[in-house]
Amino acid sequence: MRRADYVIKRVAFAIITVFVAITINFFLFRVLPGDAVRNLSRVPRASEEFRHSLEVQFGLDKPLWEQYLIYLRELSRGNMGVSFSNQQPVWSNLREALLNTIPMATLGTVMAIVIGIVTGVLSAWRRGNTSDHVSTNLAIAFYSFPTQWLALVVLIYMSAWFPSHGMTDPFLIDPTPWEHFVDVMRHMALPSLVFALTLYGEYTLIVRSAMLETLGEDYVLTARAKGVPQRRIVVRHAFRNALLPTTTLIALSLGYIVAGAILIETVFSWPGIGNAVYQAVTERDYPMLQGAFLVLTISVVFFNLLADLLYFRLDPRITE
Amino acid sequence: MGMRADLGEESAKLQEPQPRRGRGRLRRSWLWLVVSKSFQAKVGLAVLLFFITIAILAPWIMPYDVHTPVGPPYEPPSWEHPLGLDDGGIDMVSLLIQGGRISLVVGFAATLVAMLIGGGIGIIAGYFGGRSDNILMRITDYFLVIPDLPLAIIVAAVWGASLSHLIFVIALLLWTTTARIVRAQVKSGRERVYVMRARSLGASDSRIIFRHVLPQIGPLLVATVVLTVAVAIFDETALTFLGLGDPTAITWGSIIEFAFLRTAISAGAWWAVIPAGLCVAFVIMGCFWFGRAIEDALNPRLNVSYLSPRTFRIRPLPDAEQESG
Repeated sequence: MRRADYVIKRVAFAIITVFVAITINFFLFRVLPGDAVRNLSRVPRASEEFRHSLEVQFGLDKPLWEQYLIYLRELSRGNMGVSFSNQQPVWSNLREALLNTIPMATLGTVMAIVIGIVTGVLSAWRRGNTSDHVSTNLAIAFYSFPTQWLALVVLIYMSAWFPSHGMTDPFLIDPTPWEHFVDVMRHMALPSLVFALTLYGEYTLIVRSAMLETLGEDYVLTARAKGVPQRRIVVRHAFRNALLPTTTLIALSLGYIVAGAILIETVFSWPGIGNAVYQAVTERDYPMLQGAFLVLTISVVFFNLLADLLYFRLDPRITE
Repeated sequence: MGMRADLGEESAKLQEPQPRRGRGRLRRSWLWLVVSKSFQAKVGLAVLLFFITIAILAPWIMPYDVHTPVGPPYEPPSWEHPLGLDDGGIDMVSLLIQGGRISLVVGFAATLVAMLIGGGIGIIAGYFGGRSDNILMRITDYFLVIPDLPLAIIVAAVWGASLSHLIFVIALLLWTTTARIVRAQVKSGRERVYVMRARSLGASDSRIIFRHVLPQIGPLLVATVVLTVAVAIFDETALTFLGLGDPTAITWGSIIEFAFLRTAISAGAWWAVIPAGLCVAFVIMGCFWFGRAIEDALNPRLNVSYLSPRTFRIRPLPDAEQESG
């Protein structure tokens, strides 16, 4: 019963968060002084009738709450509007972009998690040693570098070996599926490397402090007194317990992954959702911007929910 | 909790009646204690003070004007211009000094706003509890999950680009974390015996908050401020890079942005990119070292590790710790 309660609570929270995001999305574009929506009907030198007909056409003459209901209704049908810049439905633009982002971001994040766990565990184990100082400060450094700057530095020094731009080579004619795969992977190398570098520092610090926390527990002392080999203590006793706070914190860092995707894809012109956000900002393509915000929020909320449920599976102590 | 362990001797002194000015000394002394004990804190503070001094002295120490070209575009570093020139032939050293000034102002101003909003909400929620706590924490819950940068992007894109908008947008992102930290601390602070004692003596809510609860969470607040400044400066560079900063202001973020937009990369002009990012990184690292040193001092549990090769210390029993307060 308690289990079901917990799951229901988390799912309800996720749904409400998405709803809050939708509401922000709607009212922000209508309430703030920039007023993107009114600008639509503010055609220079337009006659009063023309402006009015535009307002009727876009439904701007209706009261705000009615517009909101219409917005919700259309959203529930998957209609996010039409992009200003290429006149395509926003959702089909975003879906394509999202499918390009996912492999690149996943590759980078997985690399970051693996490196972060290894360095974090080692530096907690060798706490106070030179190797701990070096790896911790290196982690702090990579955590501090602005993402877009790191991407530019990688671009300067490594673009001789790997393609620096886009996702595929436009001069590759009729590639076999294998050639296409290799081509995409080569293009993916630099962006996902930068992804891993910007994220790994944070993960190292998270894993390290979680490990330090568990290494101070009494069961570690007991294990040590029993004569359990150190490596076994680290892996079986400390690390398994340190995994719990690590999963939550990694889930909370999803916002960084989204931010990283926006900045990195911008630098490398990777045709993903981050680049779509950048294009939408520069072209003031508001429907795309709104849609991208919504898609990014929903994916973050979804993964957070997943982490919550995973945490619940991993830690039998949770009853609340 | 952790703070008391650190200030054990100091609070013992407090037991005996003391003249009023002694208390002021105590409040200053914890910071001094942290800084004097930790090498990390000293380095962090030194780095921060270095950049702040340069930012304050900027108009007097800038070697060249930031609006007049002094040579060809992307001139490589030379004796006259140690970091070369940018795409408009402007001295990079001067640009960095001027940029640091505005970046730091944005960072500190955004932090101040975030602290006022987050701190206020945290205090109200934590101190008064009940329904206001519930509502306010629900709101921060939602804001915590919504990804920061996209939210900032849509607000900044609709609101228009200017320095003050940038400050408020960044503050909008950062207040939630502060609110949570302050709330948790205030909540535990108001249950302390001395707070109850003050209340039974008839102290008003505002007196209890400002005289008894807030000084107690001071150290953590300083750590939060410092770490928030780091995030604010980071966010400034990100938003500016995406074209949402003030187009006329020179900041570290805009130096990186211009280097990207104006083909510094293909021109091989590393000097137009790398120093700006390093400045940002050093300020953030300084904040981080300093903030973490305070946090570590507040959490003595982390000092205990049963596996560390050098120190093999046993954690004091929890009971003993509680009695000392």
